[in-house]
Amino acid sequence: MRGLRVLRAEWTKFRTVRGWVLGAFGATLASVLFLLVGTASTNQSSNRHTQDAVALPVGPGGEAVNDSFFFLHEALTGDGSITVSVTALTGVLAREPGRTSPGTTPWAKTGILVKQSLDQGSQYAAMMVTGAHGVRMQDNFTHDRAGLPGRPSATSPHWLRLVRAGSTVTGYDSADGAHWTERGSTRLAGLPATVQVGLFTASPAAVQTSGSRGGTSPAVATGTFGQVALGGSWARGSRPDRWRGVQVGGDAGTSGSYAENTSGAYARTRSGFSVTGAGDIAPVVGGPSLGPAYTIENFLVGTFAALIVLTVVAVQFVTAEYRRGLIGTTLAAAPGRGRLLAAKAAVVVTVAFTVGVVAAAISIPLGRQRAHATHFLVFTVPRAVELRAVLGTGLLLAATAACSLALGAVLRRSATAITVVVVTTVLPYLLAVSGVLPASVAQWLLRLTPAAGFAVQQTLPRYAHVLTVYTPSSGYFPLSPWGGYAVLGGWTVLALVAATLLLRRRDV
Amino acid sequence: MTDDPRIEVKGLRKRFGATQALDGMTFTVRPGRVTGFVGPNGAGKSTTMRVVLGLDAPDQGRALVGGRPYRTLDSPLRHLGSLLDAGALQPSRTARNHLLWLAHSQGLPAGRADRVLEQVGLAEAARRRAGGFSLGMRQRLGIAAALLGDPPALMLDEPFNGLDPEGILWIRGLLSSLAAQGRTVLVSSHLMSELQDVADHLVVVGRGRVVADTGVPELLATLSANRVTLRTSAPGAATEALVRAGAVVHAQGADTLGVSGLTGEAIVTALNADGVPFAELATHRASLEEAYLELTRDAVQYHGTGVEESAR
Repeated sequence: MRGLRVLRAEWTKFRTVRGWVLGAFGATLASVLFLLVGTASTNQSSNRHTQDAVALPVGPGGEAVNDSFFFLHEALTGDGSITVSVTALTGVLAREPGRTSPGTTPWAKTGILVKQSLDQGSQYAAMMVTGAHGVRMQDNFTHDRAGLPGRPSATSPHWLRLVRAGSTVTGYDSADGAHWTERGSTRLAGLPATVQVGLFTASPAAVQTSGSRGGTSPAVATGTFGQVALGGSWARGSRPDRWRGVQVGGDAGTSGSYAENTSGAYARTRSGFSVTGAGDIAPVVGGPSLGPAYTIENFLVGTFAALIVLTVVAVQFVTAEYRRGLIGTTLAAAPGRGRLLAAKAAVVVTVAFTVGVVAAAISIPLGRQRAHATHFLVFTVPRAVELRAVLGTGLLLAATAACSLALGAVLRRSATAITVVVVTTVLPYLLAVSGVLPASVAQWLLRLTPAAGFAVQQTLPRYAHVLTVYTPSSGYFPLSPWGGYAVLGGWTVLALVAATLLLRRRDV
Repeated sequence: MTDDPRIEVKGLRKRFGATQALDGMTFTVRPGRVTGFVGPNGAGKSTTMRVVLGLDAPDQGRALVGGRPYRTLDSPLRHLGSLLDAGALQPSRTARNHLLWLAHSQGLPAGRADRVLEQVGLAEAARRRAGGFSLGMRQRLGIAAALLGDPPALMLDEPFNGLDPEGILWIRGLLSSLAAQGRTVLVSSHLMSELQDVADHLVVVGRGRVVADTGVPELLATLSANRVTLRTSAPGAATEALVRAGAVVHAQGADTLGVSGLTGEAIVTALNADGVPFAELATHRASLEEAYLELTRDAVQYHGTGVEESAR
């Protein structure tokens, strides 16, 4: 009861100071204004995206994917198996315009593929040889399992096999074509009777990790195969020598492109096939691989502005009482000091959370609209991830507001408290994501300071089997969304505990 | 209402650095009368009140309101209304909103805010920002806050500050009527003159402790009874005779003596017995102000240096 009365009193206090109420609205506005500034440019660099700038393909899990590769294939019905040997994976890198050199990117991939349809984002399972990661079994973009190590050669080919039974696809590899190792099995829910089966090659662009943001350059790979052996009902009537070659995805996606004077192709050789391709079959990640596209966190760029405004409000909510001596009146009316701090915290947390959620809920659709108008792609993330970013923005501001309030109570001086919050939270965040700091320093800042809490807005996925520059400046925080938020939460709890202890111990 | 809304202060000690702000402060404020809490600046009045409200923690001793520590009271403003600092306002908040959050903190209806605003004569200014208030209006708003919970006990620190004569009269009337309703009323001031005509009882403090805890008539009587000015052509003989009779005598001029410790009658008897001539004998009727100065002479913390002293 007492707690509720104090809470109500503190809420009345908050809403009856016009400056604070305006501050809450101002914080929302500031956040949205930064979005408008941040999305002011028009995409001039990529006319390719102007036609289909609606969205990236989406995988079965709702995540944005690249699904662009060269596919030598046939539609096959029923259960069956495909077996082939890979004798080489070679490639061409175009590090500078007009100059190419032989080589493959680490995740260049060639192998066998069972895919629901030729639509981008449809379900699949694949066994493949990669540029630097040996044989892999991958399915539905996000799953990756290791197989035989090393690269194949004419004398020691890698043998790959996929077996379809109902909606289950199982992958095997072998060093000799006689002894097989099962590498994994996956259920592709609702896989139709007729699926696309064949040989594929893809090569993500070469990623330069030098510099804080890095860059990419085109890369093309060629896989050399032996004869294809089909089993089960697939063997009946199939003619691999009549398979058709097609560039799935029409283009090489966001994470790869053909080098000059190259294109997707296949050839029949005396001993089998060769298939040349670029692009990737993998989830889209941020950084240089993403190219000119917006992410959800780009739309939430104004959060730091809202955070500064709310910090000022939250700090004032307690320091104004000290400056005027009003704290004496407050504590005479509600002598429980811990209870008072909790009530004040509840008020600023509620206000800040609301500001964060409202600002994010306005910014994301507005950002999408702006991106569409300026011909940029928008990185698609699963609904749940987007919701987490929206609520996370609220939680981020809520925790920072509570932390600011606590610091205000500890320091009792608004200028000092505001400076501390800005220097420990906003500054590290801006320095880290702007790329002015070396990546390692930026990562440590985002592990240790309250700025780690911004991780809760991160929507870019991170995959071990997709190469990019995973640094703060390309949108990758060192801690997971909730891990980073826990760091901020820890600082907030620490500040609140210190404030409670001091408030209890000190004379007013 | 609490059955016995007395305010008890028991053996409070508190040190701020090198300063002993409270040095065994002990007194009880009883209901039904206005108790003046008077002493020079720095005597510990405000600190005592802050300790009563639980804002400052004493090093020793305790303070009780209706027999309970203030901090244990549920809805404390319904037990003890207080005014510590009239300037303690958020300037951008209106008078009514200032009272509204206080009302909410005590579970009181918003109507109480309007009620006390009327009571202190601020109904017209209810929706004006408190930042624009004169000191007198702020005092009224502070008193409104003290009255908000209709408490059986009130404690006001220097409520006369900044008030015009009309305002001072108004507070005096208010305090008397509150006491007449059976409430406990403690009012502090560093000027005895402000308490004249309103205080029924006085707690005089200096240097952190109580110097006198007495009714106003008793205080006046004890002090004025013992001060006599005597003019005589034989000050030496007179001094000798009076000292023998038990008086304290000091020379005030060539033929003037100040005598204390004896009534006028006893002085005349003593002088006549020794045959000492005297020309004039004046019994001094001390005012409350003088009584107070006498009591607190040793307790004044900051006093001006006299000309003679500085010449030395």
